[in-house]
Amino acid sequence: MSEPAISVHNLTKRFGDFLAVNNVSFQVGKGEIFGFLGANGAGKSTTIRMLCGLLSSTSGTATVAGYEINQQPEKVKENIGYMSQKFSLYDDLTVRENIRFFGGVYGLRGKELKDRMEWAVEMAGLQGRENSLTVELAGGWKQRLALGCAILHNPKIVFLDEPTGGVDPVSRRNFWELINQLSEQGTTVFVTTHYLDEAEYANRIMLIQAGEIIAGGSPKELKETHIKNPILEVECDQVVSAMEILQQQDWVIETTIFGTYLHTSVTNEDEGRKKIQKVLAENNISIKRMDRIVPSLEDVFIYLIDQGSPAAKEESR
Amino acid sequence: MRAILQIIRKEFIQAARDRKMIFIILVAPVFQLIILGYAANLDVRNIQTVVCDLDRTPESRALVSEFSNSGYFVVNDYAEKISDLDHYLDYGKASFALVIPKNFGSKIIQGRTAQLQILVDGSESSFATSGLQYASIIALRYSQNVLLQTFSRMQGTGIKVPRLNPEIRIWYNPELRSRNFMIPGVLALLLMIMTTMLTSLAVVKEKEVGTMEQLIVTPIRSYALIIGKLAPFSIIGMIDVVLVLLVASFWFKVPPKGSVPLLFLLCMLFLMTTLGLGLLVSTLSKTQQQAMMSSQFFIMMPMIYLSGFVFPIENMPKIIQLVTFFLPLRYFIVIIRGLFMKGVGWHELWAQALMLLLFGIAILSISIVRFRKKIG
Repeated sequence: MSEPAISVHNLTKRFGDFLAVNNVSFQVGKGEIFGFLGANGAGKSTTIRMLCGLLSSTSGTATVAGYEINQQPEKVKENIGYMSQKFSLYDDLTVRENIRFFGGVYGLRGKELKDRMEWAVEMAGLQGRENSLTVELAGGWKQRLALGCAILHNPKIVFLDEPTGGVDPVSRRNFWELINQLSEQGTTVFVTTHYLDEAEYANRIMLIQAGEIIAGGSPKELKETHIKNPILEVECDQVVSAMEILQQQDWVIETTIFGTYLHTSVTNEDEGRKKIQKVLAENNISIKRMDRIVPSLEDVFIYLIDQGSPAAKEESR
Repeated sequence: MRAILQIIRKEFIQAARDRKMIFIILVAPVFQLIILGYAANLDVRNIQTVVCDLDRTPESRALVSEFSNSGYFVVNDYAEKISDLDHYLDYGKASFALVIPKNFGSKIIQGRTAQLQILVDGSESSFATSGLQYASIIALRYSQNVLLQTFSRMQGTGIKVPRLNPEIRIWYNPELRSRNFMIPGVLALLLMIMTTMLTSLAVVKEKEVGTMEQLIVTPIRSYALIIGKLAPFSIIGMIDVVLVLLVASFWFKVPPKGSVPLLFLLCMLFLMTTLGLGLLVSTLSKTQQQAMMSSQFFIMMPMIYLSGFVFPIENMPKIIQLVTFFLPLRYFIVIIRGLFMKGVGWHELWAQALMLLLFGIAILSISIVRFRKKIG
């Protein structure tokens, strides 16, 4: 890896007694889509806000685009774009006025401003609606306009804090296409999300819980490292009682409900299949389907959270 | 510099689009000045008076007509007995009661001292005090007249009556109209309320909506952001000064006697302090509600009551007088009353202007330092 786009060393943020981010270190390569995953309150937003200069860190250092966040915050700001879940546009300005304002604040002028304005309108799919008030736009458009406004100045790094919160699935997919395009153009994208399906799009993922990083790597690496046992997806009657029965079996490593199915992890696929069929038949539960599945990030996430939870730590002692 | 212009333009677009805002900026101050110009009146006239004349002689009637002809008292009823008077005062039907005892007339004719009883509703003390002063002057004049009549009957005995006739000239406000005194004060007050309130909401509103976060991540400098935010409000403030000046001059016929350009210049100095205070509140507050409450309690209330607008500072206890030195409105009230009523100029007002300038610089610097372009 050449010089990283973002480099974080022992970054810590404390709010009073509450340790929001605890001694976090990681690096993000240039042009990467870096997914920052965690539950609400895990410390995702706090980290991203420190990196963007919205919050000062309690201790630790970080460089963004080669500039130290506490020493040269204004230099950092020239090189980044930031967009949060709240779509920070002015509702009482029109699409054009919003773009013009942010372009002006970023120092664009003349032809450059005009070109970027056209680009942003096109990117957001708002041709013909340039003079609509922003408040009248639907969520997906607003979100893309916000992204457009945040990257008018062609920043090297884009920070997106839960960019797809509260947006419909189609808009979410479109949005990720935009993110991919940015990455192809060489922009580094740092994105936080709690949608685990979205995280599959990322080149690399970091998992944060209670302010600490608990795992990191590409989606594939994460699955391979943490989910070594085969997972069987079982479609059956009485899912809840089936789960309770399977959980009591000592040969079952873990069983969780995923939607209307059960995900059961066992040590050996063939042996597991037979045993599951047998024990559920004994309890008059009929199985409709049972397949080995490729583990999703959700499986990884749940596994890791269980490992990392205080109860699990207590048990392993 | 360009970033400042961007912010100014954005603020103006937003203000122009907000109809309520336009009303608050352009119409509300004019209305308020007109209403307050009439209401903020300390002159005591037409005191409702009830008379209980137990004497019923030409002398007692002469006294009553002295009261009603003075212009200060309006006799609206006559009571038969003293005990009836309670009713008038209790129900607020009269605030003054005049009791002329029996033998009032005969005592005067005999040259003996006559008594006159006045009952006053003292719940509004300043009103009652002024009324009592008028009443004692009327009584004095009545007794002088009696004295003169007595002497004139003695004409020919060779006695000359010396009299002192003071010739009073009142400067600055010859008719002693309290409106002339109140209108400049109301102007100052309006200017303070408008600018402090609008700026106190300016920053915190963007915090609430979330756009402040977006501004903070841009490379725009704190001072540029603050100047960009304040400039539109100072322009709005000056527009209000013009409007209010027009109303004062042409509606109330109370034009400033001093230099108008100097008035504008000093208004701008005053605006620096009010905008700075509003901004300080805005950077310290988390919500618009909080900002409103703090600007009202911690800035406007003390300024209104302690600046000399309502109560003369000389009458305040020493310790509170010290507090008033920290209120910019105190200096501005002196400036604006001087310019309006006395027509004084730079020579008399430079000290006040200097204080405003120092305050303005101090408050604005504190706000800029406090506003560190961070959200926490």
